[in-house]
Amino acid sequence: MKRLPIVLWLCTGCGGGLRMLDARGPHVERLRSLWDLLFLISAVVLTAVVLAMLGALLRRRGGSKAQVPEVEAHSVPPDGAGARPVDPARERRMGRVVGLCAGLTVAVLFVITVANASTGAALARLRSPEALEIQVVGHQWWWEFRVQDPDPSRILVTANELHVPVGRPVILKLNSRDVIHSFWVPELTNKRDLIPGQQNTLELQADRPGTFFGQCYEFCGIQHAKMGFVVVAESPEQFEAWRNHQLQPAPQPTAPMAQRGQQVFLQGPCALCHAISGTGAAASTGPNLTHVASRSTLAAGALPFDRGHLAGWILNSQSLKPGNNMPALTLPPDDLQALLVYLESLK
Amino acid sequence: MSAPLPTPPEPPPVRDDEAWERLYLERTWAPKKGLIGWLSEVHHTEIGKRYIITAFVFFLLGGIEALLMRWQLSGPEKQVMGPDLYNQVFTMHGSTMMFLFAVPMMEGVGLYLVPLMIGTRNAAFPRLNAFGYWTYLIGGLLLYGGFLLNVGPDAGWFSYVPLAGPQYSPGKRVDIWAQMITFTELAGLAGAVNLIVTVFKHRAPGMSLNRMPLFVWAMLVKSFMVVFAMPAVMVASTSLAMDRLIGTHFFNAAEGGDALLWQHLFWFFGHPEVYIIFIPALGMLSSILAVFTRRQVFGYLPVVLSMVSIGFIGFGLWVHHMFATGLPQLGQSFFTAASLMVALPSGVQIFCWLATLWGGRLWLKLPLYWVLAFFAVFVTGGLTGVMLGTYSVDQQVHDTHFVVAHFHYVLIGGAVFPLFGGLYYWFPKITGRMLGERLGKWNFWTFFLGFNLTFFPLHFLGMMGMPRRVYTYGVERGWQPLNLLATVGAVIMAVSITLLLVNIFWSLKRGEVAGNDPWGADTLEWGTTSPPPSYNFLHLPTVRGRYARWTAAEDQPVVTGVRSDRKEVLVTRLLDAAPDHRAELPGPTLWPLWVALATGVMFIMVIFTPWGIVVGGVLLFITLTGWFWPRPPYKEELAPEQPS
Repeated sequence: MKRLPIVLWLCTGCGGGLRMLDARGPHVERLRSLWDLLFLISAVVLTAVVLAMLGALLRRRGGSKAQVPEVEAHSVPPDGAGARPVDPARERRMGRVVGLCAGLTVAVLFVITVANASTGAALARLRSPEALEIQVVGHQWWWEFRVQDPDPSRILVTANELHVPVGRPVILKLNSRDVIHSFWVPELTNKRDLIPGQQNTLELQADRPGTFFGQCYEFCGIQHAKMGFVVVAESPEQFEAWRNHQLQPAPQPTAPMAQRGQQVFLQGPCALCHAISGTGAAASTGPNLTHVASRSTLAAGALPFDRGHLAGWILNSQSLKPGNNMPALTLPPDDLQALLVYLESLK
Repeated sequence: MSAPLPTPPEPPPVRDDEAWERLYLERTWAPKKGLIGWLSEVHHTEIGKRYIITAFVFFLLGGIEALLMRWQLSGPEKQVMGPDLYNQVFTMHGSTMMFLFAVPMMEGVGLYLVPLMIGTRNAAFPRLNAFGYWTYLIGGLLLYGGFLLNVGPDAGWFSYVPLAGPQYSPGKRVDIWAQMITFTELAGLAGAVNLIVTVFKHRAPGMSLNRMPLFVWAMLVKSFMVVFAMPAVMVASTSLAMDRLIGTHFFNAAEGGDALLWQHLFWFFGHPEVYIIFIPALGMLSSILAVFTRRQVFGYLPVVLSMVSIGFIGFGLWVHHMFATGLPQLGQSFFTAASLMVALPSGVQIFCWLATLWGGRLWLKLPLYWVLAFFAVFVTGGLTGVMLGTYSVDQQVHDTHFVVAHFHYVLIGGAVFPLFGGLYYWFPKITGRMLGERLGKWNFWTFFLGFNLTFFPLHFLGMMGMPRRVYTYGVERGWQPLNLLATVGAVIMAVSITLLLVNIFWSLKRGEVAGNDPWGADTLEWGTTSPPPSYNFLHLPTVRGRYARWTAAEDQPVVTGVRSDRKEVLVTRLLDAAPDHRAELPGPTLWPLWVALATGVMFIMVIFTPWGIVVGGVLLFITLTGWFWPRPPYKEELAPEQPS
């Protein structure tokens, strides 16, 4: 049951794979074995029921088109109008089979209950005090990630792109700033809601390097569909390098164009919502842009990060992601170019 | 109140004369004429038909919304609709199918059939029946009126707060949704109370509880579930409306409220709701199976006990809709066990039906087609249900398209397939004509194919990570081929439903005349004419076994001594259905309509101003006074001419 042909066909033939079964960490591996068990049981039960039904269908037919066939019902004394009594011996036999099936159902349900609880316990055992703690805050319609550290100056705030070290357990502390969202990366973890006024936790661990797409799974308003994020699993060294780099304030622009862009950013409406550390901009309504150019996507996974999309996003975000909270800006072409150069310098 | 009632005039002399009896009954039970007559109708067959037709229209509207969604999702980044409209459309689809189609449809079928099946002349509370229908209609019109005015709800059919709260859904959209819920729940309660009393007190003599048709048992269990489930959602929707309209903070975490409270209240209703839809379908399946296997259903007692225990267990597993909200391990394990437990009675039902199939001689007519398809489709949905009830797996596929696949397998498989089987089965009784066989087969096979083509791929899409309720997806996700396949399936389903409509309209005019009992069926409704007269039975029947008509004696006695010049029915005892006393039922009246309109004014006006309570309260006081104004139990003695 590891890979049914249809599953293979779907994986190879139809683009996206069945990501949920493609375990890249210990959590999903354990969930995968439970899934396999349930899938096997389901396949057997469904086959049995359909065969039983078809068997009955092929076995005995009554009635022609012309007439209404006679009936069998409980033995009411001989004057019963047309109904023949049922055969008690056959009824007893069928009763035994039905009882047996009910007993089997109980047994199977018991197996599933135990398997499920032991999977839950196995997942709980994966919890580790060594885990890297990352706070995840849901916003309509983007993700804020805060990589925690005992040293407050080393708390890293970023958005929509999360890096995690391979082989090290990560514990996510989930919370929401507005409505309920839900976090899931099919290859790495199970799912957990982000609920305002409540802190949930979720563990994940990547065993191999890779880039994974996650998104919001609880309907959260008009742009629920475009509330995605990227998880990059990389070696611990690469992760530390990333972390140290992200902790640094944004580089001061040197080129005149970029300097002008920074002025546009700080004096225009951008700074009302976004923060860039090292500058005066410190608002937290929108994603933190300190190292925005180091991310691979824009607008919470909705667009690739490149100059064209960036320009489109700034000028008319409402046509790219209708209803999102970023207002459309009208900028003179020169200012826009400068702003783009500046933002692209924020590696 | 002990004001002396006027002494009734002497009853007419008893005559042993069928024509004379019929004439009396026709005059006594005749509906009023004209528009006023139509509006003041209180007979259960008419009200039942109105429920069925109205719910079917909503089914078609919900289906059109589904097609629009499938069109939008047929490819990545498609622009059929923007996200704002799409969110309204999926909310409308879910709300329509659950609140305006499935529940009222089952209610309508129950109201139509139950009094006939238990051999009485009308439901126990005819006016309440009419009130329920009008309330339901106003609720449905409110929702669609709002949608047409671009204030259609857009927070999903379960309207999770805080998204549906005042801060994140300003405007009137969610208010309209919340009030629509209140309307339809009120209608549901009215129907449920009516069915319970009718079943308990108006059964034909001899139809003790252990001889009741399985369909009647199903309706009874369902009605009790309605009585216990609906108050939870009315509390929820009213609290939401108050949060939105007068600034309470039931669900506002920032002010000490709780966002999860909504989910508990909603699913405490929402999960039983699924069984409220499914259990009547179980009754239909049992009815059809008995007739088309030409034998009694195997295991009457286990089947009844299964339905009753589903009714109980159904209230104990709502939390499996909330496994992703971060519950303690023990709670999750408990609700997993409860969720799996419901598979046992469901399984026992299926096994008993399979035994019925094996023990009978299949008479392969159209109603049986749908029942046989039910086995494959519903069991698939049931098995994915076991997966979803298991919290470890649920925490993966929760809120993905896997869930969409699951509940369409369960709800379409568990309710719509039996319903269509029931349509082919009871259409002759309701209209007097058979549905066409050829078109019927096309209808069945296209529906079966289209359904599986639409929903089977969604399992895989869920495992690929496609969330529910997204208006679009990126091309790089690789979800297009399966989505396109699903859309093709949806189109085939639409063709199938069109064939069904053609068949219905064609058969209404040209269909083969059915006669009283084309199927040689067991339940009492087949003992009267098709369609039944306004008094249901010329002679109220008696019963001496399960499967009343199959076990009836050649000279089965009928009830005598119930007056036919008044709307009199026989009231029997709860357990053994021994005759107890006669009761007179009220006749046609406009008051239920006025009360429903007053309720409508109140519920709709409070969306805009709290003064709605005052205005509606006054109107309700006036109309309810009119409804309950004491009148003599009869107006005048009818003295028809003796037929020559």
